Amino acid sequence: MIEVQINGKKHQLDVEPDMPILWVLRDVLGLTGTKYGCGQALCGACTVHLDGRVVRACVTPVSRAAGKSVTTIEGLTAKGDHPLQKAWVDLKVPQCGFCQSGQIMTAAALLKKKPRPTDAEIDQSMAGNLCRCGTYTRIRAAIKRASEEGR
Amino acid sequence: MIAHVTRRGLLSGLGLGLGALTLGLDLSAAPQRSTATVHAAFDPSVFIHVATDNTIQLVCHRSEMGQGIRSTWVYLFADEMDADVETITLVQADGDAAYGDQNTDGSSSIRRRYTELRRFAATARRALLEAAASQWRVKPESLTVKDSMVSHAASKRSATFGELAVAAAKAKLPPPARVTLKEKKDLRYIGKEIPMADAPLFATGKAAYAADVRLDGMLVAVIARPPVLGATLMAVDDSAAKKIPGVKQIVRMPPASEPYAFKPWGGVAVLADNTWAAMRGRAALELTWASSPHGSYDSAAYKQSMAAAVQKPGEERRNKGDAEAALKAASTMVERDYYVPHLLHTPMEPPAATARMVNGGLEVWACTQNPQTATTSAAEAAGVKPEDVVVHVTFLGGAFGRKSKGDFVAEAAFLAKTTGKPVRVQWTREDDIQHDYFNAVSMQRFTAGLDAGGKVTAWRHRTAFPPIASTFSAGADTPSERDLQQGVLDLALAVPNVRAEAVSASAHVRIGWLRSVYNIFHGFGVGSFIDELATAKKQDPRDTWLELIGPARQMSLSDLGIKGLSNYGASLKDHPVDAGRLKGVIERVTAEAKWSQRGPRALGLAAHRSFLAYVATVVSVKKVGSKVAVDEVWVTIDAGTVVNPDRARAQMEGSVIFGMNLALHGGVEFAKGMPTASNFHDLKLLRIGDAPRKIHVTLVDSDRPPSGVGEPGVPPVAPALANAFFALEGKRLRDLPFGRAFGMS
Repeated sequence: MIEVQINGKKHQLDVEPDMPILWVLRDVLGLTGTKYGCGQALCGACTVHLDGRVVRACVTPVSRAAGKSVTTIEGLTAKGDHPLQKAWVDLKVPQCGFCQSGQIMTAAALLKKKPRPTDAEIDQSMAGNLCRCGTYTRIRAAIKRASEEGR
Repeated sequence: MIAHVTRRGLLSGLGLGLGALTLGLDLSAAPQRSTATVHAAFDPSVFIHVATDNTIQLVCHRSEMGQGIRSTWVYLFADEMDADVETITLVQADGDAAYGDQNTDGSSSIRRRYTELRRFAATARRALLEAAASQWRVKPESLTVKDSMVSHAASKRSATFGELAVAAAKAKLPPPARVTLKEKKDLRYIGKEIPMADAPLFATGKAAYAADVRLDGMLVAVIARPPVLGATLMAVDDSAAKKIPGVKQIVRMPPASEPYAFKPWGGVAVLADNTWAAMRGRAALELTWASSPHGSYDSAAYKQSMAAAVQKPGEERRNKGDAEAALKAASTMVERDYYVPHLLHTPMEPPAATARMVNGGLEVWACTQNPQTATTSAAEAAGVKPEDVVVHVTFLGGAFGRKSKGDFVAEAAFLAKTTGKPVRVQWTREDDIQHDYFNAVSMQRFTAGLDAGGKVTAWRHRTAFPPIASTFSAGADTPSERDLQQGVLDLALAVPNVRAEAVSASAHVRIGWLRSVYNIFHGFGVGSFIDELATAKKQDPRDTWLELIGPARQMSLSDLGIKGLSNYGASLKDHPVDAGRLKGVIERVTAEAKWSQRGPRALGLAAHRSFLAYVATVVSVKKVGSKVAVDEVWVTIDAGTVVNPDRARAQMEGSVIFGMNLALHGGVEFAKGMPTASNFHDLKLLRIGDAPRKIHVTLVDSDRPPSGVGEPGVPPVAPALANAFFALEGKRLRDLPFGRAFGMS
């Protein structure tokens, strides 16, 4: 049994310790907001927070989360009203939407660390998150919008 | 055609009828049953269902893959119906021929249906209005409609659509003569800023994609497919795979046979109770494959053979004047070759589909662009009748043409039938890259003759590429008119002698269509070559473009030098080849980019007509350290009437990134019949840091019929980039990808 706190709730998990967090979330717990995109930490679609820090859930074994806290897109806010989520809706950032959970989770960690990031810091922090629809310019704008709202 | 609906009783034992899946799912509940059973009082078309409680269920039979069609749908109908948007529930249609063609492809959702959809909505509005008129014994002209309410001002009477639904259903639908569409000035939403209905779902992770479907007792299948097209399985050792905890079953897939079409590839499926176990199980398989005739396919050798082939004449497909004679008489000849490799779709969501047998029929959930062909592919693979298959459409996490092909749906259907259990087939990223339907590899040779004054007197375009037809008819190696209309036959040129030739090329992989398809390489070739002619003429490239296109005019078939033009299925009367519109977008985009006052900025220009739209793009590049960075991009699109301007702009922004991706990072090369890339470490995709600082989009204000929007933004990007690079560095880039020259890969 591995004890992990997920979105504020404690779970006793009867899974293999090397199962990546992604599959624990998606296949064991039914939390499907975190996406599979590459399985090798190359695309960022599976981004979650482990004790507040960005990790790629597809390559992070659940054993690494033992006794720690995991936050997914479902747990970022109860009502979907994080300044980033509001900015994402206001600026109509998503196209297909598939990568956006990961984008928002990476951006949320960035804003926590740097409430007012520069363009270069945004590009650097978001470099691990691919978007094939090409929403990058709106992602930058939405992070700035959210960062202004947070001031 | 508007008819009262007879709903097909598909899988009626389950109570599944029309439109079984709303896409914003509460994922805690398995979506195996209809969440949107229709109990409408008034069904004036297969798309509109008005209930007595004054709600409207609106059916969207197009797949949502990032183009925002679901939002466009709601506001288009609401506008013409004068319906209250808040009362509308959008239902995602299952695959059903009752809706007409459902293939969400060819940038066609609006362009092919705009007037028809508005007529459906206007007919519904008129029927409800006439129901009120007859109840109140007043003239229909004395009534007004707003927010789902019909009112008679003189007598201060009003009734909601819901209150009128039963009466409207009893009456005959008004004939077309009594139905008029709104005038432009009366439109409330069309052409205005339309909210994005699904954005909150995307921002909270609640949108349900194919891999998010959960059924009781479901197994997850990961399939080891033949590494080379046509390789058959000789031997399987699955002893190690069976030992992986969670692996439940191992199934041999039926071997694939030509033509490959949308059939499964064959191989071995590992079924497990979770995705990770299935992936590990597959990795543990020991497989021996027989060789395939395609096992020697090698991109470097193939490129050489194509380069040799385009040196010789091909089949004449376009001819005006006498290009050969004019080339001989020319005082200067310019000849250039352009190469574009196989390109990939790589949607962020790899293909996935879930299937289960129910009452002898098959129920499927899939991220499909075409639930009707997915139905036939699934039926064939499972050996059931198409009428016993229902395909629910989930959100599509990107598609770009990949998900029009039902091969992954057929795999799920086969496995559900074989195992008797619900099965989700999950493609890994490696599967997606290695078993794509690749865009055709191509080589083109352009030859132009210039007279002593520098005027272009002859234009010859040779194009070689293995056509998509090869996927459906083994051995097909010659492009059709429908292939060549994409940037070869419909190119507006004011050149007296024009010739285009097709050179045959055989396919060794599954060739498929990718966002803008053959326009990608034809647009790259034409757009690059015109810039090279500008250099030869010592002329500003914009002036060369305008000179070659010539005066504003609608081109006849004889002007073009062709016998016919399929014109993306549209009539030439509604959508002529319009040199004026091509010229117009060039003038507009160069004005927006301040082309004439560019100073030290390195700018590149290209323009292209595709899917009946005209797009011109200017790219600005600059040196940043060791890299060449794309600083700003300007796009002007003339797409005729635009229903949802924000999503049209979003499509242009996305097209810029898509075009940069294929230009800078390309697709894949093949060695020994196999792609040389497998995941995003060796297949590069553009990341945010390389995205332009700014993308400026201009939509040309127009009352013309709508054209496509999803694809036409792509073709001008690669040539504009190459031309900008030339402006900066004085070096030509004629082979895609050219990211290395930009210091990007």
